[in-house]
Amino acid sequence: MIVQAIGAAFLQLLQMGLVLVAAPLLTGFVSQVRARLMGRQGPPLLQPFRDLLRLLRKEAVVQDETSWLFTATPFLVFSTLWLAAGLVPTFASGLALAPAADLVALVGLLAVARVLTMLAALDTGAGFGALGAVRQSLVAVLAGPAMLMAIFAVAAAMRSTSLPRMAEFVLSGGVEPRLSLAIALLALTMLALADNARMPVDGPGAGSATIGGATSLEYSGRHLALIEAAGMLRLLIHASLIACIFVPWGMALPGDGALAPVIGLGAFAAKMAGAGVALALTEVLSTRIGIRRLGEYGGWALMAGMLAAIFLSVSLGA
Amino acid sequence: MLDFIASLGPAVPGHHPVPRHRLDREAWIALVLRLGEEPGWTLLGEWAEQDRVHCCLCDEAGHVVVATLDCPEGRFPSLSLARPGAVRLERAIQDLFGLNAEALTDPRPWLDHDAWPVRLPLSAAPPPPLGNPEPYPFLPAEGEGLHVIPFGPVHGTVAEPTHLRLTAHGETIVRFEARLGFAHRGIESLVVGRGVEAAARLVARLSGDSTVAHALAFAQAVEAATGTAPPPRAVWLRALLAELERIANHLGDFGATCGEAGVPFIEAECALLRERVAVAAEAAFGHRLMMDRVVPGGVAVDLTAEAAHEIDAALQAVRDGFLPLVRLYDARESLQDRTVGTGCVARDQAMRFGAGGFVGRACGLGRDARRLPGYAPYPELAFEIPVAEEGDADARLSVRAREVVESLSLAEQILDRLPDGPVLAAVDACAGEGLALVESFRGEVMTWVRLAEDGTILRCHPRDPSWLQWPLLEAAIERSAVSDLSLCYRSFNCTCAGHDL
Repeated sequence: MIVQAIGAAFLQLLQMGLVLVAAPLLTGFVSQVRARLMGRQGPPLLQPFRDLLRLLRKEAVVQDETSWLFTATPFLVFSTLWLAAGLVPTFASGLALAPAADLVALVGLLAVARVLTMLAALDTGAGFGALGAVRQSLVAVLAGPAMLMAIFAVAAAMRSTSLPRMAEFVLSGGVEPRLSLAIALLALTMLALADNARMPVDGPGAGSATIGGATSLEYSGRHLALIEAAGMLRLLIHASLIACIFVPWGMALPGDGALAPVIGLGAFAAKMAGAGVALALTEVLSTRIGIRRLGEYGGWALMAGMLAAIFLSVSLGA
Repeated sequence: MLDFIASLGPAVPGHHPVPRHRLDREAWIALVLRLGEEPGWTLLGEWAEQDRVHCCLCDEAGHVVVATLDCPEGRFPSLSLARPGAVRLERAIQDLFGLNAEALTDPRPWLDHDAWPVRLPLSAAPPPPLGNPEPYPFLPAEGEGLHVIPFGPVHGTVAEPTHLRLTAHGETIVRFEARLGFAHRGIESLVVGRGVEAAARLVARLSGDSTVAHALAFAQAVEAATGTAPPPRAVWLRALLAELERIANHLGDFGATCGEAGVPFIEAECALLRERVAVAAEAAFGHRLMMDRVVPGGVAVDLTAEAAHEIDAALQAVRDGFLPLVRLYDARESLQDRTVGTGCVARDQAMRFGAGGFVGRACGLGRDARRLPGYAPYPELAFEIPVAEEGDADARLSVRAREVVESLSLAEQILDRLPDGPVLAAVDACAGEGLALVESFRGEVMTWVRLAEDGTILRCHPRDPSWLQWPLLEAAIERSAVSDLSLCYRSFNCTCAGHDL
C-alpha cells in the first residue's frame, strides 16, 4: 500500500516536471511544423525555452496605477494551469492526484485562469487590454456551455467524469466507436482552438484582431514569461486532455510493470507530435474568422456539443 | 484649366515641362474660389520656398499647371477650404518655412514635434526651439463609454514609427487619428546646396520601397530643368526598374493583406515570389531594391543579355506563381468575408483629397501618371489601368492583383523592345525649374526642383502619394471595427518615411 502511494507520488512529481518541459516543446514543435508547411525554415524547436529565459532575465516594468492583482496574476495563472496540467493523465493514470482529476474540476481551473487574466487586463485601465478582456469573455461565454455539453456527452458514454477512469474505461474496451463521440471530439477540438487563441479564431499575425494578445500587452519581464509559459501549458492541457479521453492507448495503468511508464512516455510523445502536426495543418489551411463571426463559431461548437449529447442519449436509450 | 490659370497671371520663363504662372493675392483667392466649383481639378501638391508658395493642379484631361503666390508678408490664403488634401501640406509649410496659411481649417503643427534643434528649418533665419512644448492637441471625441486606444509611435514589430490613436465605443471605432513626422530626417534641407548626383542619393532614400519611383521623379525633374534628354535605352531601362519595383511591392502587400485577413499561406507564397524579383534585381542591377540605379541623365548600370534572361525567368516565375494565388483568394469566401466592405473609401471623398494610385483606382478614379500626363516610354507600350468601383479592401486588393499582371506584361514588352545605345547622358550645370510626375506603386510622386546657376539644388520638394492617402485611411477606419484596423491599415500601406520627409 505504502509502496503504491510512493509510486503514485513519484509518478505525480514526474508528471509535474514533464509538463513543464513538454509544454514549450509542443509550442516550438507547432511553430516549426507550421513554418515548414509554408516553405519557411522556422524557429528552432527549443526557441520557446530561449524566449522564456530571455524574458526571465529582463526587467519587469509595472504600471504605477495597477493594484496587487496585476502583479499576482501571472503567478496565479501559471500555478493554476500547472496544477491543471498535472491533473490530466499523460503517460500514466496512477497519479497521486488522480482522485482529484475530474473533468469538471479541470474546466473550472481553466476558467479561473481565464477570469484572472481578464481581471488583470481590466486592472491596467488600458483601452486595448480592456477590449481584449471583452473579447476573451465573449469566447468564454460561448465556450462554457459548449464545453459542458461535450463533456456531458463524453462522461455519459464513459460512465464517469474522472479522467483516469475514463482512460481506463476506454482501454478496457468498454466504449464502442460512436458517432456521438466523434462529434464530441470535434466540439472539444474547436473549443481547444478558441481557448488557445489559435487559428481559425486567433493566431500569429492577428494584429488588432487578436484575442489572446491584447490582455498580456502590459506585462513584461518575468511576468510576461509566466503568462507565456501558462499559454504553452494551456495548449498542452487541451492536447493531452483530448489524447487522454480519445486515444489513451500506451498509457501506463496502476499495476502495470515498471517498464510501462517508459512506454507511456514514448506513446505520449508520439500523441503530442500527432496533435502538433494536426494543429499546424489546421493553422496553415484555415482562414482566420473575424471577431464579428466569433459568435457563429461558438454557436457551431455548442451545436456540436449538443448533437453529441443528443445522439448519445438516443443510442443509449435504444 | 490652363486658360483660366493663364488668365490669372503671367507665365514664368524657365519652368519645364509644364507652365508655371505667377499669381497675385487676388488671383490666388480667385483660384481658391474656382477650385470649390471644379471638383475635377485635382490638387497634386503644394509646397513653398522662403517667400512664395506653389501649388500644382491637374484637370481631367491630364493637363498639369503650377501656380505661384509671392508672399513677402509671410502669409498666404489657404487652399484647405476647397481641397482638404492641402491641410497637411500647408501645416508642413508652416512648420518648415514659417509661412502662415490663412483660414487653414486645421492649424495644429504637423511635422514639427518640438524635437528639432531649430524651428522653421527652411526659413531664412531659423529660430531656436521653444524648449517647453505643449502636448499635441488630438482631435476630441466625447461621449458615454468611449475609450482611447493609443498605438505607437514605437510598435512591437518592424513597422515604421507612427502614433495611431483610436477612440472606440466597444469594438466600433468612432475616431481614428494618425500622428506622423516621427521619421522626419530633413531631406528637403539636406539636399539644398548639393549637386544633383548627391541630392539624387538623398531623395532615393526617402522611402525604401519606392526608391526607384522617387529617384526617377527627381531625375526627370532635373532633366526638365536643365533640358537634358536621357538616352532612349536609359528611358526604357528606367521603366523596367519601375515596373519591377511595382511588381515586388504589390506582391508583398497583397500577401501581407491576405495574411492579415487570416490566410498566412498566401502571405508566405507571395513573400517567396517577391524574393524572386528582389534576387533577379540584385543579379541584374546589383541592388535588391535597385536603389541609386536611376540617376539624373540616365541609369547607372546597363542591362546585360544574361541579366535580361534572369529577369525574364523571374517574371515568368511570378506569372506562374501569382495567378493561382489570386484564384485562391477569389475562391475563399471566408477571406472575402473579411475584405469585402472593410475600409470603404467613397469616390467623392477620394476626389476631394486627390488620392491617386490604387487607393483612388479602387474607388473609380482612373488617374495614372503613366497614362495622364504620361511619360516615355509608356505611350509606346500597351497596358490597361485596372479600376474598381467599390472602394473597399477587396477592391484595393483586386486592383493591385490586376496591376501585377499589367506590370508583368509591361516588363516583358520592355525586355523585348529595349533599344541599344548609351545609358547615361551628361547633365549640364545650369539654372532652371523642373516638375515631374512619376507613378510609384502607391500613386503618383510629384517632385519639383529649382537649380542654381552652378547646377546645385536651391529647392527640391518630393511629394510622396501617401500625403493624400493618409487622410483617406483615417476616414476609412472610422466607423469600422477595432479588429479590422490592421487589415485596413495593410490594405492602404501608406508610408511614414516617404511622408515625413
